[in-house]
Amino acid sequence: MKLSTLLTSAAGLALASTAALAQNDCAAGKTIEDGVLTIATGNPAYYPWVMNDDPASKEGFEAAVAYAVANAMGFDDDQVVWTRSSFDQAIQPGAKTYDFNLQQFSITAARDEVIDFSVPYYSAAAAVLTRQPTADAGATNTVESLSGLKWGAAASTTAPSMIENLIGPEDSMLLYDDSADVVEAMKANQIDASLFDLPTALYLSAVTLDDGVLVGQFPPEMSENPDRFGLAMEEGSALKECVDAAITTLAEDGTLAALEAEWLAEATGVPVIE
Amino acid sequence: MTLQEKTDGAAAAAAPPRRTRRQAYETRVRRRSNTVAAVSTALVVLAIVTLVPMAPGWEAVKKSFFNAEVFAQTFPRLVQAFLWDIAIFAWSVPLITVIALAIALARDTRNPALFPLRLFGILYTDIFRGIPVILVVYLIGFGIPGLGLPRPWNSPYIWGTVALVLTYSAYVAEIFRSGIESIHDSQRAAASSLGLSQSDTMRFVVLPQAIRRVVPANMNMLIALQKDVALLSFIGPVEVLRQAGVFKSLLANFTPYVGAALIFLSVTIPATRYADYLIARQRRERS
Amino acid sequence: MLDLRDVTKSFGGNRVLDGISLTVERGEMVCLIGASGSGKSTLLRCINLLEPIDDGAVFLDGQDISEPGLNPDPVRRRIGMVFQSYNLFPHMTAEENVMLAPRRVHGKSREALRPKVTELFTRFGLADRMQHFPDQLSGGQQQRVAIVRALAMRPEIMLFDEITSALDPELVGEVLDVLRQLRSEGMTMVLATHEMKFAAELADKICFLDAGRIAEQGPPSEIFKAPKKDRTRAFLARIL
Repeated sequence: MKLSTLLTSAAGLALASTAALAQNDCAAGKTIEDGVLTIATGNPAYYPWVMNDDPASKEGFEAAVAYAVANAMGFDDDQVVWTRSSFDQAIQPGAKTYDFNLQQFSITAARDEVIDFSVPYYSAAAAVLTRQPTADAGATNTVESLSGLKWGAAASTTAPSMIENLIGPEDSMLLYDDSADVVEAMKANQIDASLFDLPTALYLSAVTLDDGVLVGQFPPEMSENPDRFGLAMEEGSALKECVDAAITTLAEDGTLAALEAEWLAEATGVPVIE
Repeated sequence: MTLQEKTDGAAAAAAPPRRTRRQAYETRVRRRSNTVAAVSTALVVLAIVTLVPMAPGWEAVKKSFFNAEVFAQTFPRLVQAFLWDIAIFAWSVPLITVIALAIALARDTRNPALFPLRLFGILYTDIFRGIPVILVVYLIGFGIPGLGLPRPWNSPYIWGTVALVLTYSAYVAEIFRSGIESIHDSQRAAASSLGLSQSDTMRFVVLPQAIRRVVPANMNMLIALQKDVALLSFIGPVEVLRQAGVFKSLLANFTPYVGAALIFLSVTIPATRYADYLIARQRRERS
Repeated sequence: MLDLRDVTKSFGGNRVLDGISLTVERGEMVCLIGASGSGKSTLLRCINLLEPIDDGAVFLDGQDISEPGLNPDPVRRRIGMVFQSYNLFPHMTAEENVMLAPRRVHGKSREALRPKVTELFTRFGLADRMQHFPDQLSGGQQQRVAIVRALAMRPEIMLFDEITSALDPELVGEVLDVLRQLRSEGMTMVLATHEMKFAAELADKICFLDAGRIAEQGPPSEIFKAPKKDRTRAFLARIL
């Protein structure tokens, strides 16, 4: 019975869309499981990237992007299978259990040597998160006022080196495992400020902190290495070409911009750091 | 026994250099076992050195875990970060010693007026031995500063240290207590019969012997503490483990972790050997 | 000087001392004899307040020292005790062993104590052993240091609990010599012992303990030569 359903749906698919068929040829036989696209995200996955930690709902920026990419590659929504992976797992060398992985992986040259990245699906501005008392004490969107603050950051992100290079804090930085711990330290008044990609910063200031304030953001051109997110794949993945083609198409036809507007709309309205 | 040793020594010095049949036999046996040990070790090392690189993923693993370039680039900073580990360790040890001793004595007290103290000692050791260190570090490291302490009194260095000290004091207190209980009652009886007070008996007769007896066990606690200092990285301090983690994400390479492991080993292996030596010496003394 | 009246003591349900009455005069030497478990050691430990008695009374110079709740420390300072297994403090030299109690209890400095302590060590042939640790001394030497340690508190009475039982036979003599010396100096002494020859030679009074009672007591000449009780006779026959 299962087999017949599968056959019927495959036949239906072939009849329905010739365009899909053509791109399906690109991905055909290259996925981990034939006819299925296995996509990984973080455990848990966060707002506004994935809503309610449920990527299959297609809600949230990365969930929506994942389905858009899958569709562009010729996969139906029900041919998408979700799995989870830790950050470290994803950047380790070796075979992977997914076709691609998205959880705000910044593309870096060093990481690119052990895994494959797609072309970027999002370029994140970096925003400075503080609390109201720090802002009241005079923290503004100038490097000069920011360098006097006590900084903390999530260690495994590019935030520590960005803080070091762009702000150059006078006091030594404190580093944490993840953004939740950074916020905890901010609540405990052990640090004044931290740097997150803009959507995360918005989420933290709105949901996690009672008195969170975004005092400024770094535009991509001010940073030597603007944070760009790519889909992570196994080194030498045969699928890379198809994924890149799909993302390029989505960028050119305005789909990515539309999804960004839909899910990351609040990202506007934060002053640029001088 | 000392006398006996002396006479043995004198006899050996006076004896002609000719070896006994027994000594000749033992030399032969020793030589043979040394040869066997050397050959089998060489074979195992050879097998590892030749077989591991034949694994299909070896090149990737080598690049990711044993990258000489990354090692040279990151190791000096790692050593620098390790100074924090040493500092935290250094100021924790005296605190642990004092608190653990106080707790051990509190648990040993028989005076009914001090029962609350004894109860506290029991609760304290039960609770802090029952919670994973990392949880204590998290709860105290974030929780107490969260009460609204002003800087610098909310520093993660202070409260992380407090977490380590509280946890390790519970273990060390139990070690001290076992040491105190291992001192035979006849020692207390002898002290009492001389008219020494309870507290003098504890201070001059029981404790000095008890503490000496548990030195090896405490050495092992110190080695564990040296490693657990790295847990403070979870609440902010950029010590060696955290520094290695930063390098790892920066360079997408695990070699900094190997470097950190080497730094830890350079301290813990000599310490472990020393602890084993102390244990062996104590065993000899008791026999 | 020491007066025991109807002393009883039980461990669990086991009555170890069952109505012991005994008087020791100043300068007297009393030997407790009897089989193992007859209550000799317990009796000595009760006199020194290491064990509280259940009933009866112990008087030292007319003071009831068995009063429940009495601070035992001042009483113990007046009573010296030496144990079968020496019980020296192994982490201290012989000299420190001897000085500890006078220093802590009488608050005297090492310097103030040194002449007296040196004199004691010399008197018992231990002058060259003062800086040795217990494990560097023979059993006989350790036991003599233990005696010196008790004497350094200037006790009014000394208790000896089978102090030669743990010694190799050739070392027993040197310890008994110390007791002879103390006897000649007029020290009041109570001994639990198995050295019958020694007891017969020196004791003023022999007490034969049997199952927690004093079965028979009297001068050595009576007890050893003409015991009245069958049990005494049987015990002596076994041991001599």
